[in-house]
Amino acid sequence: MHYTVLFYESQEEFAQRQDPEKKEEYLAGWTHYVKALRESGVVVSSSGLYPPEAATSLRRRDGKMVVQDGPITETKEQLGGFFVIDVPDMEAALEWAARCPNNAVEVRPNLPPVR
Amino acid sequence: MTGTAKAYATVEQAVRDCYGRLVAYLAVHWRDVAAAEDALADAFLAACETWPRQGVPDKPEAWLLTAARRRLVDGARRARVQAKAVPELLALAEEGASPGAEWEEAEIGDERLRMLFLCAHPELDPGIRTPLVLQTVLGVDATRIATAFVVKPATMGQRLSRAKAKLRAAPLRFEMPEKAEWPGRLEAVLEAVYAAYGSGWEEAAGAEPRRRDLAAEAIHLGRLLVRFLPGEPEAQGLLALMLHLEARRAARRDAKGRYIPLSEQDVTLWSADEIGEAEHHLSLAARAGRMGRFQLEAAIQSVHAHRSMTGETAWEDIALLYEGLVRLAPTLGAQVGRAAALAEAQGAQAGLSLLGELPQEAVRSYQPFWALAAHLYGRVGRLEEAREAYSRAAGLSTDPSVRRFLQERMNGL
Repeated sequence: MHYTVLFYESQEEFAQRQDPEKKEEYLAGWTHYVKALRESGVVVSSSGLYPPEAATSLRRRDGKMVVQDGPITETKEQLGGFFVIDVPDMEAALEWAARCPNNAVEVRPNLPPVR
Repeated sequence: MTGTAKAYATVEQAVRDCYGRLVAYLAVHWRDVAAAEDALADAFLAACETWPRQGVPDKPEAWLLTAARRRLVDGARRARVQAKAVPELLALAEEGASPGAEWEEAEIGDERLRMLFLCAHPELDPGIRTPLVLQTVLGVDATRIATAFVVKPATMGQRLSRAKAKLRAAPLRFEMPEKAEWPGRLEAVLEAVYAAYGSGWEEAAGAEPRRRDLAAEAIHLGRLLVRFLPGEPEAQGLLALMLHLEARRAARRDAKGRYIPLSEQDVTLWSADEIGEAEHHLSLAARAGRMGRFQLEAAIQSVHAHRSMTGETAWEDIALLYEGLVRLAPTLGAQVGRAAALAEAQGAQAGLSLLGELPQEAVRSYQPFWALAAHLYGRVGRLEEAREAYSRAAGLSTDPSVRRFLQERMNGL
């Protein structure tokens, strides 16, 4: 069963990625976590994402796609990356989510692939 | 504090202090956990409405118990036409013999114990026993239980409801099981209490004081078990184990909340009183001449505790105790513990050999395995493997302070 683990980051957390003093600790936490996930053989796919400033959103209005800078929704925490993992059940997925180094994470079961 | 504020504070205090006791008491007498919980919730609500106006009663718990019983009786009257009302009315008749005003603390203690044994009913899924204990005996809400077990709150709620429905539907006995049934259930009871203790233990940093209360509650249940099952060495063993772990609470983190491993803890921060009490129970348990898992685990902690007196740890003794534990209960935790003890007693290589014998599949995401492997690789100078293992261990940690500790160890290689 595939689950998607979505990592949300606050503005401060996103800022740590660039901060010369905090960058190393921020990255280290992720390096270990990613390694543990990969070595356990549960990863299907994954990616980290650039901060929400890098986002461009499209929204259809009156039948026309309107392009704008920034994420679809402005919230305190934004999507920072994700893992698709293959584990037996939701509980196993939550267990992995609990190990993540940041403070907000969402787990959702993936729909079966469309055939 | 105004009268109203005082009344609310008293209700709140009562919820914290006696929810578990009252639910257990009502559930045992009423033979229906869910109904007991509903009635008690109504009683607390009634208290919130009444106490600010009429003042807090002399015995808040007894008041709540009476109010809850009245709800149950009302409910039963309404349900009289249904067949299920018969056992309820029978229970009601029994109730008449012991009015709420004469209710005693000792009696409640007894009910909690019965509830504990009920939660260990063989027909219940072992996985739900501890959550059920947490909810019905300790009054922890389903969301917090879900958090402790890392399960979806809705899922945990459903499982708890199902378990309660099962307790209600099946002709399960709410009475204390016969002595002959004790050994079969006792182990599950002890495990449930220990797991309840563990769910309080993880948050030892003190960030959430209510969790600490949970550990204290589990110890209270342990004491209750020892009192009501005198001469049962495993109950004494469990109590001793929890007290030994509890004794080190203040030493597990430094002032900044950083994790401190057992070997580096400041022994002067250990609670001598709790160690003393643990030792007392352990020596009483030994008299029965029946060794068991909890006694062995307590004995291991006891050897560690001796460091506060002798300044040294008798690793040979600990290795031997783990040997016994692995034979009785070959869990991954016990096997990793044995490897750690053997490494201290006979050298890192001995520990690594034992770790190498463990099934690879099982240890893949088992944090303690990687933490120990990292430490031992470091000691024998296999630095690359040590770094790799430290990284795995850090990545598998759920506790940020433990993660940081492992990262620092890795960087110090």
